[in-house]
Amino acid sequence: MTIVFKEESFRDDFTYSNSDWAIQRFPFPFDKDSYMYSVNMERHVPVQAGSVFEAAFDVDEHYVSEMRDRALVLAEDPLRCQSLPHMTLAGWDVLELIMTSKAADYPEHFELHRDGDTWRWINRPLGIDQSFTFLDETTLPYGPLEYITRQAQGDFAVLDQRDDNLWMDAGMVTTQADWSLDFDIGMNFFEWHAPVPKAHEMGIFQRALQYLLNIRQGEPARRLNWTMTVNPLLDTSPENYHKWGVMRGELTPENIGQKLHLRVELQTFYRLPRSNGLLFPIRCYLISLQDLVTVPKWGRRLHRVIRDLPEELATYKGFIDNRPLILEYLSKYDDGAPTSPGIFPD
Amino acid sequence: MSHSPIQPTILSRPVYGELEPRSGSQHLFVADAEGGEAILDMARAAPEGFFDKAHIIFIPKETGQSLVARLESLKPAQLHIAPSYSAVVPRLHRVLSSAHMGLQLYLSGTEGLMGQAMLEATNQGIPHTAIQTEHRGSLCRRVQCVHCKGITEDVTMDPFQCSHCGLHLFVRDHYSRRMAAFQGVCVDAENPGDIPEPVERFP
Repeated sequence: MTIVFKEESFRDDFTYSNSDWAIQRFPFPFDKDSYMYSVNMERHVPVQAGSVFEAAFDVDEHYVSEMRDRALVLAEDPLRCQSLPHMTLAGWDVLELIMTSKAADYPEHFELHRDGDTWRWINRPLGIDQSFTFLDETTLPYGPLEYITRQAQGDFAVLDQRDDNLWMDAGMVTTQADWSLDFDIGMNFFEWHAPVPKAHEMGIFQRALQYLLNIRQGEPARRLNWTMTVNPLLDTSPENYHKWGVMRGELTPENIGQKLHLRVELQTFYRLPRSNGLLFPIRCYLISLQDLVTVPKWGRRLHRVIRDLPEELATYKGFIDNRPLILEYLSKYDDGAPTSPGIFPD
Repeated sequence: MSHSPIQPTILSRPVYGELEPRSGSQHLFVADAEGGEAILDMARAAPEGFFDKAHIIFIPKETGQSLVARLESLKPAQLHIAPSYSAVVPRLHRVLSSAHMGLQLYLSGTEGLMGQAMLEATNQGIPHTAIQTEHRGSLCRRVQCVHCKGITEDVTMDPFQCSHCGLHLFVRDHYSRRMAAFQGVCVDAENPGDIPEPVERFP
């Protein structure tokens, strides 16, 4: 399928929007009418043609504009992409995985030609035709991780596995839900999750780590995570919180449907072949409430989830002050009718 | 029993133990202020001749001369009294870079001192789990502004004003060993100008 790429912005005038196609395939994260933390891992295998779970690395109508936004963030703050010295080989693993996957899943947009270590990569949407030598950094304009993740939607954490733990030792992070790669780089799985309330006591991270340590090559896993963001702002970084935090106070009953977005992370996990590292892509999808409620099941369900969410989680996710306003809006779309199981529209 | 009131909070927040003499080919101590007392307390349990192989680097800060003579009386092979941590860095770097297997490293005093010396040591290949630490004295924190990346030393108040960019920051327990710093985040981002009265949380 040929994707038509949109011209849009994720800052200033915020012209980002979802087409009907993008709304229907939005990864709505709630499979029932309530939410609590869980390990919620499943095999990352294609389900439902056209869904965001079909390709290894989903490419959608926002691709070109998202990559432009990433370049703007990096120009402002190069610390958003870092790799500790021992992670270069893992960076090549990532480059290979993304190039081979995109070329296989989207042959009309991406091509990879390999002759031994001599590779040629064609990225049509971004107008790139690059010949280079695999494993030779001098033949690319950036390190391998930065090179390929400037061409792939979503954030990428690259984890080293040692001492029965996972260490956040490299990454490209420009579309994050309020965490800093620069601060967290070098931390282990428990340390970088330290600020998350409740989940430690529930044993979530211990179980998740055990699962992740055992992921094998060719058997990726995935889960969904979510929060809420005012305006379609990809870069909700702590670095820029003093600039975007004020937007949380800009919601009114009149603008909330258009301004408030459900922010969903499709998190996937891939074992890397040479480094034995783990690639942890965190792909961000944004949908305005007014678009979300066009799917009646989602409008009903989101109202119930937000209404019943424990206060601690609403605080951690940053919308406790806005919860009454959100409920006032969503309640209009909840007629009390039962909802069907699963995340997909009826 | 630890002399420190620091308790575990979130999992990235370091906790500290109590120095104890271990067998080693060389003993390197880095301490500031009341951290000197941790060395003196540990010395009581040290075997005969222990300090013949010891190198003590001590930054007295507000303790002035009060601990220096007692540290001298331990008769360490080397005792270096230094005016600040940054003045110590070249010496520490030199000593660690030529250290052999069997070096024992002991850090005591404020968290900022221990964190920075630990970072220097881990950069030279010593695993952080092999380093002994004991917190003594002030609870002041070394804090990185997540916005401008500047580090403010010896923060006692929360919130405080970043000494680099001037933003008012609240101090999280989230800690980075790589920065040897806690994280400071803008306190009035959502309501500009609404800055809570600072409280001395880290006296």
